[in-house]
Amino acid sequence: MKPALLSYHCATSIEDAVAALAAAGGDGKIIAGGQSLMPMMNFRLVRPSVLVDINRIPGLDTITLRGNRLGVGALVRHRMTASDETIRSHIPILHGVMQHVAHLTVRNRGTFVGSLCHADPAAEMPMMTQFLNGTVHVAGPQGRRQVAVGDFITGSLTTDLASDEMVYEVDLDTFPEGTGWGFHEFARRHGDYALAAVAVTLEREAGVARRVRLAVMGLDDRSRRLAEVEAALEGEAPDAAVLDRALAALQANITPNGDLNASPEYRRHLANVLAKRAIADAWARAGERSRT
Amino acid sequence: MSGKVDVAVYVNGVMYARHVEPRMLLSDFLRHELGLTGTHVGCEHGVCGACTILLEGRSARSCLLLAVQVDGAEIETIEGQGSIDQLGRVQQAMRQHHGLQCGFCTPGFVMTITDILRNHDVRGETEIREALSGNICRCTGYEHIVNAVQELLSEQERAR
Repeated sequence: MKPALLSYHCATSIEDAVAALAAAGGDGKIIAGGQSLMPMMNFRLVRPSVLVDINRIPGLDTITLRGNRLGVGALVRHRMTASDETIRSHIPILHGVMQHVAHLTVRNRGTFVGSLCHADPAAEMPMMTQFLNGTVHVAGPQGRRQVAVGDFITGSLTTDLASDEMVYEVDLDTFPEGTGWGFHEFARRHGDYALAAVAVTLEREAGVARRVRLAVMGLDDRSRRLAEVEAALEGEAPDAAVLDRALAALQANITPNGDLNASPEYRRHLANVLAKRAIADAWARAGERSRT
Repeated sequence: MSGKVDVAVYVNGVMYARHVEPRMLLSDFLRHELGLTGTHVGCEHGVCGACTILLEGRSARSCLLLAVQVDGAEIETIEGQGSIDQLGRVQQAMRQHHGLQCGFCTPGFVMTITDILRNHDVRGETEIREALSGNICRCTGYEHIVNAVQELLSEQERAR
C-alpha cells in the first residue's frame, strides 16, 4: 500500500507543469487534491514516474462569475464549491449537490476539476459539468484549447486529455433567478459514490415547465443529459400523464450495469424513483415567472 | 531511481527537517521518520480516517499526502492535543463520554473533531454524524463519540 513513485515536481506555473509532463514522456501525472489519485497510487493501479503537483500554482483556487458563466479553477476544493456564495445564488443546484459529496476531510482536499478529470461515472462533478454545459480549459505544450465536456469525457475513467496536458479551469452555466432545481441520489452511505442520481432544473412559465434540463448518473458508462426526457417535460406541467411519458423516455434511454451493490433492474427502479423526486422538487422550487 | 528530497515541516509547532524518498507518505513520515506514532495507519487509501491530521488548520488524510507535498507546511497531530498527564479538551470529552474502546481510530476522530470545532458550523445530531462520517470506529457504535462532540459544541456555544 505504498506508491511506486519515482520523482516529484512542484510546479510553479501552468506552463511549468505542462513542461514537466512533456519531459516525463507520457508517464507523468498531475496531482491536485489527490483524493482519487493517491488511493490509486497506493494500490499501484497508477504508477507515474513523475508526479506534477499543482497545489502551489497561484491563481488556480478562484471561483469567478463572468456574465452568465462561472469559472472554477483547478484548485477549487469541494469545501469551497460547497460553501461559495456565488455558486449558492447562481447555481443553487450545484450547492445542493455538494452536500452529497464525500466527507468533510475529503472535501478539504478534493477538487472539482480533479474529480472531473478522474471521470468516475458515479461521481457528481463529471455529471454536473455535463449538466451545466461545461467548457474545459486545457493547457498543453502547443498552447491552450477549450473542449466541450461532451467531447472531454470519452468514457468511464477516460478523457480526451493528452498525457502532456492539464486542465486549469472549467466554466459552467449559471441560472436565472427563479429556476427550480432538484437533485436526488441514492448511496449506500451518505458521502459514498452513488448507485444512481438524477438532476433537474426548469423554469416555470404560465403554468408549464420551460428550459428543462435533466441528467442522470450511474445509469450508463458515463453521466449525461437525456434530451428525450427533457423534451417530454418541456412545455408541460408535470402531471401524472406527463410524468409517465417522461419516465418511459428515461427507461428507453438508459442501459444500467449491474455490480456488487445493485442489479440493472434495481438501478432502473432507482432511476424512476429519483427522477420523480427531482422533477417534483424542481417544479416546487421554481418561482412562477411572467414573461417580460 | 531518483534521489531523496529534503522535507522540512512544522509539526505541532516544532520544525523537523529530513531527507526522504519522494514517494514517502506523510503518515509514514510522521511515524517512521519523526517517531510520532500517535497518527495511526488503517486502510492507507483514504477510507478509514485513522490517519487524519490537520494541515494548515484543516483535517486531511495523511495517507493521501506525500511528505514532500507538505514541505514548509504547518501540521498538527494527536501529539499536539495533550499528554497522558494533561489531556486536551477534545481528548477529555472523548474520555468522559466513553468515546473509545480500543483507541485505534481515536487520534483520527480527535483531529476531525478539532477541525469541526474550529472551522464548521455543525448543529444537531444529524449534522454531527454527517461531519464524523469519514472516520470509522468498530468499537463504540459512534453513540458516545457523538455525545462527546455534542458536549464540546454546546460548550463552545456557551463561550461565544
